[in-house]
Amino acid sequence: MTKKLNNVFYQVMWNRLISVVEEQAQALVRTAFSTSVREAGDLSAGVYDVNGQMLAQAVTGTPGHVNAMADAVSHFIRRIGRENIFDGDVYITNDPWEGTGHLHDITVVTPSFYQGSLVGFFACTAHVVDIGGRGFGADAASVYEEGIYIPIMKFFDRGEVDQTLVSLVRGNVREPDQLIGDMYALTTCNEIGHRRLSAMMDEFNIGDLEDIAHFIFDNSRRATIEKIAALPRGSANGEMTVDGFDKPITLKVKLTIYEDTIVSDFTDSSSVDKKGINCPMVYAKAYACYALKCAIAPEIPNNAASLEPFIMKAPENTIVNAKHPAPVALRHIVGHFVPDTVYNALDKLIPNLVPAEGAGCLCNFQVSLRPRTDVPAPMDAIRSEVLTFNSGGAGARPEYDGLNATAFPSGVMTMPIEATEHAGPVIIWRKELRPDSGGIGKTRGGLGQYMEVGAQEGHEFDFQAMFDRVEHPALGRQGGGNGGPTTIARDDGAKMFGKGKQFVPHGRRVVLAFPGGAGYGDVSERDLKSVKRDFARGYISQQSAQQDYGLSQDDIAQVLESIEKGEAF
Amino acid sequence: MDKKSNRLGVDIGGTFTDVVLEKNGEQYSTKILTTYAAPEDAIIEGMHNVCQKAGIKPSDIGQIIHGTTLATNALIERRGAKTALITTSGFRDVIEMRTESRFEQYDLNLTLPEPLLPRQMRFVLNERVNAKGEILIPLMRKDVEALADKILVAGFESVAVGLIHSYLNETHEQMIRDVLLEKIPNVMVSLSCEVSPQMREYERFNTVVANAYIKPLMKSYLSRLEGRLKDEGADCNIFLMHSGGGIISIESAAEFPVRLIESGPAGGAVFAANIAARYGLDKVISFDMGGTTAKICLIKNQTPKTSRVFEVARTYRFKKGSGMPISIPVIDMVEIGAGGGSLAHVDAMRQIRVGPESAGSEPGPACYGRGGTKPAVTDADLVLGKLDADNFAGGSIKLDKDNSAAALEDVLGKPLEMNALNAAFGLAEVVDENMANAARVHAVENGEDLSEYTMIAFGGAAPLHAGRLCEKLGVDRLLVPQGAGVGSAIGFLRAPYSFEANRSVYMRLSDFDEDKIKSLLNGLKQEATSFVRNCDPDADILSDYKVYMRYSGQGWEIPISLTQDQASHPNAQVFEASFEKDYSNLFGRSVEGMDIEITVWSVNATTPLKPVARIAEETVADLAPIDHSRLMFDAALGVNVDAGIIERASIMSGSVVTGPAAITEDETTIIVPSSRQVICQPDGCIDMTRKSEEIGL
Repeated sequence: MTKKLNNVFYQVMWNRLISVVEEQAQALVRTAFSTSVREAGDLSAGVYDVNGQMLAQAVTGTPGHVNAMADAVSHFIRRIGRENIFDGDVYITNDPWEGTGHLHDITVVTPSFYQGSLVGFFACTAHVVDIGGRGFGADAASVYEEGIYIPIMKFFDRGEVDQTLVSLVRGNVREPDQLIGDMYALTTCNEIGHRRLSAMMDEFNIGDLEDIAHFIFDNSRRATIEKIAALPRGSANGEMTVDGFDKPITLKVKLTIYEDTIVSDFTDSSSVDKKGINCPMVYAKAYACYALKCAIAPEIPNNAASLEPFIMKAPENTIVNAKHPAPVALRHIVGHFVPDTVYNALDKLIPNLVPAEGAGCLCNFQVSLRPRTDVPAPMDAIRSEVLTFNSGGAGARPEYDGLNATAFPSGVMTMPIEATEHAGPVIIWRKELRPDSGGIGKTRGGLGQYMEVGAQEGHEFDFQAMFDRVEHPALGRQGGGNGGPTTIARDDGAKMFGKGKQFVPHGRRVVLAFPGGAGYGDVSERDLKSVKRDFARGYISQQSAQQDYGLSQDDIAQVLESIEKGEAF
Repeated sequence: MDKKSNRLGVDIGGTFTDVVLEKNGEQYSTKILTTYAAPEDAIIEGMHNVCQKAGIKPSDIGQIIHGTTLATNALIERRGAKTALITTSGFRDVIEMRTESRFEQYDLNLTLPEPLLPRQMRFVLNERVNAKGEILIPLMRKDVEALADKILVAGFESVAVGLIHSYLNETHEQMIRDVLLEKIPNVMVSLSCEVSPQMREYERFNTVVANAYIKPLMKSYLSRLEGRLKDEGADCNIFLMHSGGGIISIESAAEFPVRLIESGPAGGAVFAANIAARYGLDKVISFDMGGTTAKICLIKNQTPKTSRVFEVARTYRFKKGSGMPISIPVIDMVEIGAGGGSLAHVDAMRQIRVGPESAGSEPGPACYGRGGTKPAVTDADLVLGKLDADNFAGGSIKLDKDNSAAALEDVLGKPLEMNALNAAFGLAEVVDENMANAARVHAVENGEDLSEYTMIAFGGAAPLHAGRLCEKLGVDRLLVPQGAGVGSAIGFLRAPYSFEANRSVYMRLSDFDEDKIKSLLNGLKQEATSFVRNCDPDADILSDYKVYMRYSGQGWEIPISLTQDQASHPNAQVFEASFEKDYSNLFGRSVEGMDIEITVWSVNATTPLKPVARIAEETVADLAPIDHSRLMFDAALGVNVDAGIIERASIMSGSVVTGPAAITEDETTIIVPSSRQVICQPDGCIDMTRKSEEIGL
């Protein structure tokens, strides 16, 4: 067979490996107990060569795990020791620094043996619903308070489960059945990957993954470097300030495009915070890299070689390189702002490419419900933990409006409110778009959303807020307007804060408005048709249509009439 | 003449309208170009055509079964009625906010598909039901009346009603319908508690909106069709194929047109299931490949796999999440953008990518010589020797091999330093691998191992690729039935009357309530049965019971079948044992100590399938005479081989053809790889198996 023909087979195998990890991820979605995995897709799966270099990663999942996953397996190999790796082993950790950034992410790694020899590894990660400690939130002062810590260790040793580990974990978390269920689900998902890899090796009659690894890495590296080489060389600074916990946080980046690498240097960013919004570097790096890949090389699959040219630097104990034992439970808040910070610099080097700032971090909250304590509670009142994932608006793009209520940069989905209400005695009274929250501009920022949250009769709750952009809305780009800020209050007007656990008495609701994305370009350049459409749909109010977009009285009357006639725009 | 025995199957597809008449077991078929402006025209023409072939009059037809892509197309092309949605206050934007995520994470310029109804056509009412089905805020009649006035003024033809938790409590949705019908006599109303009584508001609302949106169009089309057929003398009953693989009355179809989506492909699956029965096969994978897409379906125990939700109108490279979810009972199929017209290019990693962009019929693949310059799958098939340039589509289109070679060299060969033949090999391997991966993933999702399966292939491009797909999937046996070009329409004639009713009601096994289950299942059975009774008041009706179960806390349920006895005498231990068995089959292990819950209950009422006579399979074999041979590329061997060429019509029952070979017919060519051999069965099926010692000849 000629070399060119071999290339066809390598290409087929590469496709196959991507399909294998996708199956691995789908299996996890189906078997996981954690809401965040099954409904929201907060997971990741990948396959690695014997050296722990990532060959392929599932498309299903969220970008925060991209680099974290790529680095994780080499930590496992180092900690376990090659001489201790056996067929039937399964390894586990939730180490924020050697896994994916906080204790709530459990990473499981399984060595893959073929005909008696170690040929590679499978790894997967899932966000679990509870890991003990203070519960999911920013309130801890150190990682010790955030839950049980599982160092890199064996979950299965040659097929035998470590019952001591299982007992310890069981004894330290609020939902032990679910967590153990998830540990098994992660194990199963790697097993599925392993079986499919063996079948592929049978079919192509190969005894190891060395050649295919070279093929994948060579092509990916060359393609990525070609993309980088085509960019203008240079350096630019970007920065962004967000709320933080009790004092604002500033992220600063110096972005430098070299011939074959791009360096994001976060020197001079804020130092670590007292509370749990700090970010281990592995997670910040994932989002810096994700942002650059989206803008420069979106079609190149993630693997060790395609990620390699994206380099991140940050001094120790800055908020994007928090060290043990800093609290890191809500590391996503800072992590999710990294892409917009990078884009603020990239826009100066390559105009008309990147979007304006968006809502950034997900608008998540956890509700801890319990029987009311002010008067005797009804018999059927229960305790329950309900976590929801929600999104504000995305930033406007040079040519397109920002996406309404859609996560960026995170890849997770929201849960149906009907499913949320089955998970515990919570009631979501409202979940809909928030007019006028998208920044004005030639293209408009995506709308944020309103939510209103209460409890079933007989319950009170603690509301764990994980919001930002209360004081620091998304800033417009190239003359575009800012997005609407986050607001949070009780329905009786009592003040609430964007972060932290807050008590909500029986009968009261939390009223939320999530932030909009910023606008792009001068609003005077926005075309009339889009303004009319936005007004007809109620994306913008009549007042905004007139004042911000200069819609004439005649046009307003025309739109109002067409709405009455039930006409579409 | 027994009028009842003459049955007509009609499938309106994107390009062709297929008509099949069955008279005393004989089939007469024709293909007419679909007439978009008045789809009934093609049906009438086709009906006359096949009646003439069979020597009967339209008035001799006893029954017409019809399936159509019109409902799907109306959704894709947004050609529905002026429709309003009424929903719960606070939830106006459910169908627009979707899952709040991006289905393609690396595209900064991603746009999401627009909801079927823009925001100004979505209205809210103050009311609320909780997750137990209790009313928290009662709906005020005067509010509904005020809204009805607004809807009347605006002139909406159709109204969808979707309220939060309405699958648990229907009273508010019903009140809205009552008021609307009172105030606006001609308006059509669709309720989510009837169209799709399932938990998850985005899916349910989208489904009821889709139903309302296409209802006026489908209702008018169906009544026009009925009238035209009558005028032409065919005054028999007309039935419609639905997405779940059964048939329903024309009245039910007009009420729930969303159930007609994907009825054509469902017919294809029923066709394959019927062949499976003929050969007594319990594990079959059907493979249908046309010009733009390939569809794959698992058929177990001669019954196609079904699902509760699917996605239509994908807007972004057939990507999951880029379409709209429809939650109705449906035959579970994977569809990927791989067909004869799928185009190839080289990406940044110097890898060949194929599809989902398609050359369509204009300009078509490069070999059509109509100006196409990009290589399509058909071009690769031609260069690899799988197609005969002079005998494509019965010789109606002469293919230009030089054009194919030029396109392959230009687009793939140059950047990859390959000659046309290797480029063609690469292209074909990539598209075959894409299809094989889709099939594998689908099998794994269903806990199945394809190496135990038999493939049944139909559709114009499938026989060219099915042999290689079997090699890739480790499938030992492939059947290519007769009539594969009009498989869906034949499938319609094999489908039973059926209707599946389902409902979301949560119940933990620890709170197992026997009486509630009995009454729930009984209610569903009556609902489903009444639809079947509509079609045939006298038929025997069977009920299939299914419950969807999961460990409490999981988000994904698996379907568990119940026997009639288990449904009549529900028992928690039996439910648990069935669930744990199926769960272990799917995921390798069960989970100890977790409570189990039931989320969805379903009853499928169906008339018994006509018993299918098992075929007496040919075993003793003679070599079929080969007329000539040509060079054909064998992908598994990676070299050109000398392949025998033989006309399908000339192969006698019991004759054997050994690979490498190409079996030609008007509509397609069946490729027999070097690793395979073929025996022709008495029903004309081409039966391809891995070469073995015994019949290795």
